[in-house]
Amino acid sequence: MRTILRRFSPSPSALIGVALIVAWGLVALLAPLIAPYDPSAIDFAAAADPHPSLAHWLGTDSSGRDILSRLIWGARTTFTVVPLAVVSAFAAGILLGVPAGYFGGWFDALVSRLSDVILAFPALIIYIILITALGPSLLNIIIAVTLAYAPGVSRIARGITLALREQDYVAAAQARGESSLYIMFAEILPNARGPLIVDLCLRAGYTVILTGTLGFLGLGLPPPTPDWGGMVVESAHLLPIAWHMAVFPCVAIASLVIGCNLLADGLRKEGLT
Amino acid sequence: MSAPLLVVDNLHIAYRGDKGDVTVVKDFSLTLGSAETYGLVGESGSGKSTAAFALLGYLAEGGRIVSGSIKVNGAEITTLDEEGLRRLRGGDIAMVYQEPASALNPVLTIGRQLVEARLAHRPGSKAQALADAADMLTKVSIGDVQAMLRRYPHQLSGGQAQRVVIAMALLAEPKLLVLDEPTTGLDATVEAGVVDLIGELARKIGMGLLYISHNLALVGRICERVGVMYAGRVVEEGSTRDIFGRPRHPYTQALIACRPAVTEGTASRRLTVIPGQPPAPGIHIEGCAFVPRCPHAVPGRCDQAAAIAVKTLAGNHFVRCARADDDLAIAAVASEAETRPLPGPEVIRIEHLSKAYLPRNAFGLARRVDLAQLPKANDDISLSVRQSEILSVVGESGSGKSTLARILIGLEEASEGRVLLLDQDVARRRAWRRPRSLLRALQMVFQNPDSTLNPSHKVGAIIGRAVKRLGQIQGRQAITARVDELLAQVQLPQSFVGKYPHELSGGQRQRVGIARAFAGEPDIIIADEPVSALDVSVQAAIVNLLLDMQREAGTTFVFISHDLALVRHISDRVVVMFGGRIMEIGRPAEIFAPPYHPYTEALLQAAREGRRKVPAFDPAPPPRTGCRYAGRCPRRIDGLCEIKEPPRQATPDGHVIFCHLSWEQFGAAQTFSEGD
Repeated sequence: MRTILRRFSPSPSALIGVALIVAWGLVALLAPLIAPYDPSAIDFAAAADPHPSLAHWLGTDSSGRDILSRLIWGARTTFTVVPLAVVSAFAAGILLGVPAGYFGGWFDALVSRLSDVILAFPALIIYIILITALGPSLLNIIIAVTLAYAPGVSRIARGITLALREQDYVAAAQARGESSLYIMFAEILPNARGPLIVDLCLRAGYTVILTGTLGFLGLGLPPPTPDWGGMVVESAHLLPIAWHMAVFPCVAIASLVIGCNLLADGLRKEGLT
Repeated sequence: MSAPLLVVDNLHIAYRGDKGDVTVVKDFSLTLGSAETYGLVGESGSGKSTAAFALLGYLAEGGRIVSGSIKVNGAEITTLDEEGLRRLRGGDIAMVYQEPASALNPVLTIGRQLVEARLAHRPGSKAQALADAADMLTKVSIGDVQAMLRRYPHQLSGGQAQRVVIAMALLAEPKLLVLDEPTTGLDATVEAGVVDLIGELARKIGMGLLYISHNLALVGRICERVGVMYAGRVVEEGSTRDIFGRPRHPYTQALIACRPAVTEGTASRRLTVIPGQPPAPGIHIEGCAFVPRCPHAVPGRCDQAAAIAVKTLAGNHFVRCARADDDLAIAAVASEAETRPLPGPEVIRIEHLSKAYLPRNAFGLARRVDLAQLPKANDDISLSVRQSEILSVVGESGSGKSTLARILIGLEEASEGRVLLLDQDVARRRAWRRPRSLLRALQMVFQNPDSTLNPSHKVGAIIGRAVKRLGQIQGRQAITARVDELLAQVQLPQSFVGKYPHELSGGQRQRVGIARAFAGEPDIIIADEPVSALDVSVQAAIVNLLLDMQREAGTTFVFISHDLALVRHISDRVVVMFGGRIMEIGRPAEIFAPPYHPYTEALLQAAREGRRKVPAFDPAPPPRTGCRYAGRCPRRIDGLCEIKEPPRQATPDGHVIFCHLSWEQFGAAQTFSEGD
């Protein structure tokens, strides 16, 4: 732990980013312990006056559910959906991009043209089409994010592979008769990790926004799952009279996204990856 | 002599490190008159570049001038602000860096960049600037100046780019030109041309020259004075004649001794080495820093602070050595006559090998084209190598020598012809299609110490993987034992198994690369310029290591190089290639003395010190018919050489020359090179 801290110490922005992400991660992990109420429990008394009070520090929503508890449980939702979706997108992108760069030829042509087609659509359109067609569920959100992000990831992986495959250590591995699989994933991929990790942090941030947006459009996980985006949309029309209902979930989304971006920025600048 | 142009006095430069400041340049003093040429020589890490960069007010982050002064034309520059430094740079002092390609803006034409450089330092009209630029390009021996002005940097060869950068620096009419290893990465023939050009220009224009290099011989060719740096200090300084004729510091002596001479053969193949390694920066050594490696060091005398006091010898010759007045014999490492394995049966036989790269369509598929229409990287090569032989392949970049190595090792497929490796045809079998026994039999040592080892893998894993794949060894313990044994063979400590490549020096990385290549006890090793990227003193140690391992195991060696002195020193036979073709094959004694091929002659001329007038500065692409060298050959027979294939002429003992000239005429060629 101390060595990790020392590695990050030259970059305050990375440190703040890590702190924000770790804090939210702990909240998600410990949700059952720290949430003061059940996120779905309805407090009829509080619903009459939903504003922050001693009983409900961040107030309640229009149905009288405790916002703090819903935020804490909502972190759990975010920390399930986002990592799964991003890791899946990266797995797909790397599995396509590294061989495309390494082998070139028709496989590269095929992957690159397919990527072009998908990248031609705005990501949001892809989500809306897919989620409305398949229905909102954890798996479908993961599929949608993978489809939208994999082309971008595969381009990065392909570009790095193109440069790295000319290195002498790759030639040495080839001269030993190593399999292409070994060369791609044991010789090349570990050296591509730097830019890929930075990109992963950035895309994790986007995915937080995205799950929020999907929730806002009513395409998030079905209620009553506590969901930050869903919380915003449910209370947006009450903004003039009960600002806290929409603002607190927005702050939660923003802080996590900023955390991801600061980490990405710090890693890139300091070359810590 | 007029007032000195540059006076550096007692300069100390330190970098901020983890454990306090590290002084990298100590007590550096230098006086350079106008139109004087000075060469600063040292190994990497000696502080030579740091000192030179400080003259222009450049220091990397964390660096600062601790004490001392730098005066240019009498004005102190250590206290200048950014604006003052900007005016200084390119005005009074111009600099040419190692990497010419990165000094040019890739999106602007050469003409535009030259005009900008000219106008930035001297006012004038654009037309005048353009005329000056064209004029300067002529001075740096660019042939078609008008075409060059319209070109973009990527259309230039390395030698052309470096000459454009020099022209750009000269357009500001600097009083002092600082060159930092300007010819590293250029071919020997091109390097010779650039170095001579720099020397000539300095004399003609009358500007001061500070030339920084790790290559003592190169610096000696153009500089009047030479300073030798070691561990942050100038240990010896004197006129070029004194430094080469009467070197007084043991380090200078060793630097001169560890380079084989191209002009003479030697009995032993082993090179003289400087034992040990330079001290890491930041380690304090009382007295002379060279003591741990010095054969003449006297305890109690050399390790005192007084040992590094400057002693002045006759002829402005300064040396920091406690024993400068003693008559020190130049340390010669005993070069005992060694027994060498006799060449055995044929292990590689190449017959009519050709390699062309097929053009690909938009979908990445090879197009069907007539091979005869394509330029070939290897063109009708026939060659054989016998067991335990050291065969060297020489030629400049583009000669096809590396392509030949890649086909042998199985990274490329041949287009035509046969390649018999231990009696099996591998011409169209890349490594992954070859049986394990053939993979084991042939391994390679690569050129670039920065890319030969995977930066993500530890040394132990790198060698262990090769042992597992190529050695006939099973079991983790046996593999670990073999890795330790290999590390010992390449003279690295066992503790290196846990290190990552970035923790190693260039020479150490190259040793690991050698250990990896020898992991499966190969019959044949291909070494592609294994030492060209290393410091001179490290080169000797690596070459000796390769030779020892070769001799002990009776390994066959294919040694690819452009370093003719080294090739002459170590080879049993030499192949000279140009434009994908073999020009000449023979034993070193045959190659390095007439009769030789006109191209071999040009290569030798470039390698010999003091010989100038390298023919054909701008290599045109070789023609597709007739002799590939015809376009550059000073002895071309018009109407014959560029049309008709040169005949193979051979002596009974295997000296082969492909040329239209008759055997008697090869000897005659020698006369014209003497008239210089």
